[in-house]
Formats: sequence, structure tokens, C-alpha cells
Amino acid sequence: MIAPAGPDGFWAQAAMIAAVVLCSTTGEVLTAAAMKSIGDLDEIRAKSGLAGAIRAVLTCPLFFFGVGFLALAFFSLLFALNHLPLSLVAPASASLTLVTNAIAGKVFLKENVDRRRWTAAVLVCIGVYLLAH
Amino acid sequence: MPLISASHPGELIAAVFTPWIIAGIALLICFFASYLTALSWADLTYVLPATAFGNVIVALLSRFWLNEPISLYRWAGIVLITLGVGFVAQGPSLTERPASLPKGRPEGQLGNVLESRVEQQTEVSR
Repeated sequence: MIAPAGPDGFWAQAAMIAAVVLCSTTGEVLTAAAMKSIGDLDEIRAKSGLAGAIRAVLTCPLFFFGVGFLALAFFSLLFALNHLPLSLVAPASASLTLVTNAIAGKVFLKENVDRRRWTAAVLVCIGVYLLAH
Repeated sequence: MPLISASHPGELIAAVFTPWIIAGIALLICFFASYLTALSWADLTYVLPATAFGNVIVALLSRFWLNEPISLYRWAGIVLITLGVGFVAQGPSLTERPASLPKGRPEGQLGNVLESRVEQQTEVSR
């Protein structure tokens, strides 16, 4: 649903929400790729302790790219909230992010997004929309 | 906590040292650490829908702790998220990679996923 009145047109509103969704998806995918490249954190912690696990994460450059994009997503969310009503931005960005992440997980991380995961993504997406609206 | 006005931004810094805010930040750090650990052994498309269950917990806490009303739409949302999480949790948590998948093995069993993880790691350590 698009806010009826306001200085921002349809495309400006769509661009603000798209920026949140795009930054958030990029951040999630980069963070997930970083954690996969590091390996099972539980095993690293069992072998070299909590400090070793923290060091493994903090020495991975990909992790910082991921967190950087997540921070960018947060600030673009603040920007969008400055222009648009919360009842539009929160459900739209939260539910769209789930679907774009399923697509990005399949394309970039080569994850096996089977019918079960698609169903889950769509159910949770509609659920988050209803809950946040 | 009193309302913070834009003309006194220093009050924001003071707010960080409020016990409730400190507790909130500590819990957020716990969330991020567990989220990263989950991502290190499970797929993003498995972890994300599963963590969306947090929305349900927030809704139930606001209903029974803060006594906020929940509309029929929101109850429907809670049911859908719970269904979605149940769906995704039944499947394997990690995509099996072809390199670690011997031929003729059935898919979707947690034991196989764990085995393939062990195989992946032994390959890495070689």
C-alpha cells in the first residue's frame, strides 16, 4: 500500500523501500558468505576458545563488508522512516527482504531453495506483513 | 524516561547508560552472536525465516506483558509465521554440496547433512 498524500511520488517511495531491501539483502548475503568461509563457529570455539572464535570472525574482511551493508540498510531505513509512514515502511521492507533473500540465497550462495523453503519464505513474508501492518 | 528533544542531543548519550537500554544493547549483541553462529553451520534461507519467529514472540509479549490489543490480522500473521517456521525447520539446515555427496544417497536427512559437513571439513583440513 502506498501513502496517499505527501511530497514524495510513487517512484520516490518505491526507491526508498528498494534501497532498504537491496542493502539489507546484500548485507545478509555477504555476512552469510563470510560465516560459511570461516566454518562452524561452534567447532572453532571448542578448539580455540571464545577468543579464537571472535578472532576468526573479526579477521574476515567479507564480514565487515556484510556488516557495512547492514549498517547502510539501517540508515536507509531511518531515511525512509523520515519520509514515509512506519505502517508502510516496516511491513514492506521486512516482508520483501525475506523474498529477495530467498532469491539471493539461491543465485549467489547456491543454496538449495526447494519447494519447502519457498513455501516457508512466502508464508513468513505474508505473516510479517500482517503482523507489522 | 522523559522525551528527548532535538535541541539537547547530549541527552541521547545519557540515555545509553539507562539500565533498560544497557540490557537491550547486551541482548542485541547476544542476538547477533547467535545469528552469526547459526549462519556458520546453516543456510541463510533456513536461518532467516526461522529468526522471523522473533516477531511472534514480540507480538505475544506485547499482548500478555504490555497488555496491548492484537487485531485479527495480527493473529493471522502469527499463525502464518509459525506455519512457515515449522515448514522450513522440517527440512535440512544446510545445502549438501556435490563434492561431499556420494551417489545414491537420499536427500533431506539431518544425519546426511552432518556427515557431509564432517566430510567437507576433512577435505578442507587435507
